[in-house]
Amino acid sequence: MDKMPAWADAVLVPLISILLAAGISALVILAIGENPVEAFMIMVKEALSTSRGIGYTLYYATNFIFTGLAVSVAFHARMFNIGGEGQAMMGGLGVALVCLYVPWPHWTLALFGAAAISALFGAAWAYIPAYLQAKRGSHIVITTIMFNFIAFSVLNYILVNVLRPQGSMDPATAKFPEATFLPTFQSMFSTADNVMFRNAPANVTFFVALAACVAVYFLIWRTRLGYEIRAFGHSETGARYAGISPVKITIVSMLISGGLAGMMALNTTMGEAERLVLNATEGAGFIGIAVALMGRSHPFGILLAALLFGFMYQGGSELAFWTNIPQQLIIVIQALVILFTGALDNMVRMPLEKLFLSIRKGDA
Amino acid sequence: MDLNTIIQVLDSSIRLSTPLLLACLAGLFSERAGIFDIGLEGKMLIAAFFSAAITFTSGNVWLGLLAGIGASLALSAIHGLASITFRGNQLISGVALNFLASGLTVLIAQNWFKQGGRTPTIPEEQRFQEITLPFADALRDIPLLGPIYSDLLSGHSALAYIAFAMVPLTWWVLFRTRFGLRLRAVGEAPDAVDTAGVSVVGLRFAAVAICGVLCGVAGAYLATSLQAGFVKEMTAGRGYIALAALIFAKWRPWYALIACLLFGFLQAVALRFQNIDLGGIVIPVQAMEALPYILTVVILAGFVGKAIPPRAGGEPYVKER
Repeated sequence: MDKMPAWADAVLVPLISILLAAGISALVILAIGENPVEAFMIMVKEALSTSRGIGYTLYYATNFIFTGLAVSVAFHARMFNIGGEGQAMMGGLGVALVCLYVPWPHWTLALFGAAAISALFGAAWAYIPAYLQAKRGSHIVITTIMFNFIAFSVLNYILVNVLRPQGSMDPATAKFPEATFLPTFQSMFSTADNVMFRNAPANVTFFVALAACVAVYFLIWRTRLGYEIRAFGHSETGARYAGISPVKITIVSMLISGGLAGMMALNTTMGEAERLVLNATEGAGFIGIAVALMGRSHPFGILLAALLFGFMYQGGSELAFWTNIPQQLIIVIQALVILFTGALDNMVRMPLEKLFLSIRKGDA
Repeated sequence: MDLNTIIQVLDSSIRLSTPLLLACLAGLFSERAGIFDIGLEGKMLIAAFFSAAITFTSGNVWLGLLAGIGASLALSAIHGLASITFRGNQLISGVALNFLASGLTVLIAQNWFKQGGRTPTIPEEQRFQEITLPFADALRDIPLLGPIYSDLLSGHSALAYIAFAMVPLTWWVLFRTRFGLRLRAVGEAPDAVDTAGVSVVGLRFAAVAICGVLCGVAGAYLATSLQAGFVKEMTAGRGYIALAALIFAKWRPWYALIACLLFGFLQAVALRFQNIDLGGIVIPVQAMEALPYILTVVILAGFVGKAIPPRAGGEPYVKER
C-alpha cells in the first residue's frame, strides 16, 4: 500500500518545500531591513508586467530548462551530474568554433549545426566521468566537480591563447558573423507600430528548449532506453537481472545529460552574446540542480521550475537596482530550494505520510 | 633560480597549504564517519566572513575565530540534520550549503558594512600575528639551514602551526583512541557499531561537528591571517581542492599533509610564475591551476593505486530494514 496518494507526492510535498523556502527567504529579507511583500511586488512588476521583463525571464528560463533537463536525466539513472557547468562551457566552445569557422548561409542551418556540436561537446565532456563511473567505479559527483574546474582552465587557456582576436584584452572570441545571429523575440513578435520584447535577450532557442522538454518526456517514458534508464535508477541489481547493461545505461544517460547541458550554450553564446565569453554559463549549470529537484525530474515540472527561477533571476537583478537587497538573495533562495526539496525532503514527507495514514485509518 | 626564490615559493606554499590542510582534515573526520561533505567550501566561506566581521567590529581576533567556528558549526548542524536525522541526500545537502554560504555572506556583508559585499580591511595589529620561532633571528646566518628555519618554518600565524599540529593529532585520535576506532567503524559498517550498542547518530554528529570546527579555523585563517578581511567568494574553490586532496590522500591524515603541501605548492607556483618556460615548452598557468583536479581524477580512476572511500559513505543509516 502506498503511504500517500500520488498527487500528494507529486504536488503537495514540493509545494510545502517551496513554501518553507519562500518563508525563510522572506525572513532573510526582513532581517536585512526590507519589506518582503514590497520586494515581491517589485519582482513581479519588473519580471512579468512588461514584455521586456518577460523577455528576460524567458531568456533565463531557457538556460534553466536545458540544465534542469540535464540533471534530471542523470537523476533518472540515479546519478548526480553536478558537472552541468563544465559541460555547458564546453558546449559554448563548440558553438563558438562552428559559428566562427563555418560559413553558414542562414541562421536556421547554423542553429542546427550549432545545436549538434554543442550537444556533442557537452556529451564528450560528460563521457570521461561517465566512463570512469561505469568502468572504474570513480564517484561521478567528485569527477564531475573536478571536470568543472578543468573545463574552466581549458576554456580560459583557449580563449586567452587561441581564440582571442589580436589586440583584444578580455578573454573572449571575436563577434560571430551576422549569418549566425538568431532571431530574438523582438524581431519575431514586433509589428511595425508595436515593438514587443524591446532589447530583451529571449530568442528562438526558447522553442528549442521546449522541444527538448517534449523529447526528454518521450525518451524517458515512451522508449525502451528510457525504461531501461528508469529501471536502472530504481534498482541496479533488478536491472542487471533483466539484462540491462549498467555500463551502457550509465554512459548513455550521462551522454544525454551532458549533451543537454551543452545545448544551453545556444542560448547564451549564440542567442545573446553572439561571441563566447569566459563566464557565459553564470552558474546556470548549478541552478539546474535546483530546477530538477523542484520539478521532480519531470519535463513539465522542470519547465515550471525553470520559469519560476527565470522570474527570480530577472526579478532579483532588478531588485538589486531598486532596493538595498543585493542580487545574492537569489543564491540564498536557490540554496533554500535545493535544501528543502532535495536534502530535507523527508522532513516534509514523514509528517505528511503519517497524516495520510491516520486519515486512511479513520476511513476504514 | 636562487635559494631565496625557492624559500619564498616554499614559504608561500605553506601559507596556501594551511587552509587546504584544515579543510582536508575536516573532510577526513566527516567522511571517515560515513558522511560525505562537499560543503567544505561553504563552511570555510561563512567562517571567513564571520571571523573577519567580528574581528573588525570587536578588535579581538580570537573572538573572530570563535565566531567563524560558530558559523561553520551552524552549517554543520544543518548538514547533520539533513543527512543524519532526515536521511536526505548528503551530496545535495552539501551543494545547498555551499550556495547558502555564498549568498548569505555577501547579503550580510552588504547589510553590515555597505562595501559591496566585503568587510573593511582589518588593521595589521588586529590580525593573527606572525610567530617568530625561538632563535630564528640568531640562526639566520647559518648557510642553507638558517634561512630554511628562520624564513620558511618561522614567521607563520598561530593557526598555521595549529593546522600542522592537527595532522598527528588527527592520526592519534583516529587510530589510537576508542572514539577514533568507533568513528572509522561507523563509516564502514554502521550496523555493527549499532549492534555493539554505540549510537551511530551520536558518532556521526560528533564527526560532523569536528568537521565544522576545523572548517571554521580554515575560514578564519583565510580572512584574518592570509588576507586582511573578507571578500566575496574568497575561498575560490579551496574547499573542492581540499576534497580532491582528501581523495588523493585516500582518507589518511599523513597523506593528506603531503597532498595539501603538493596542491599548495602548485598554487604558489601558479601565483608566482604564471606561464613557465621549460626550454621551449611553455606550461601555461591554466595547466598549473587545473593540475590538482586532473591528478585527483587520475587517482580516482584507479590507474595509480585505487582510492576506495569508506564503505558506508553517503549512505544514511536506517536502524532496521
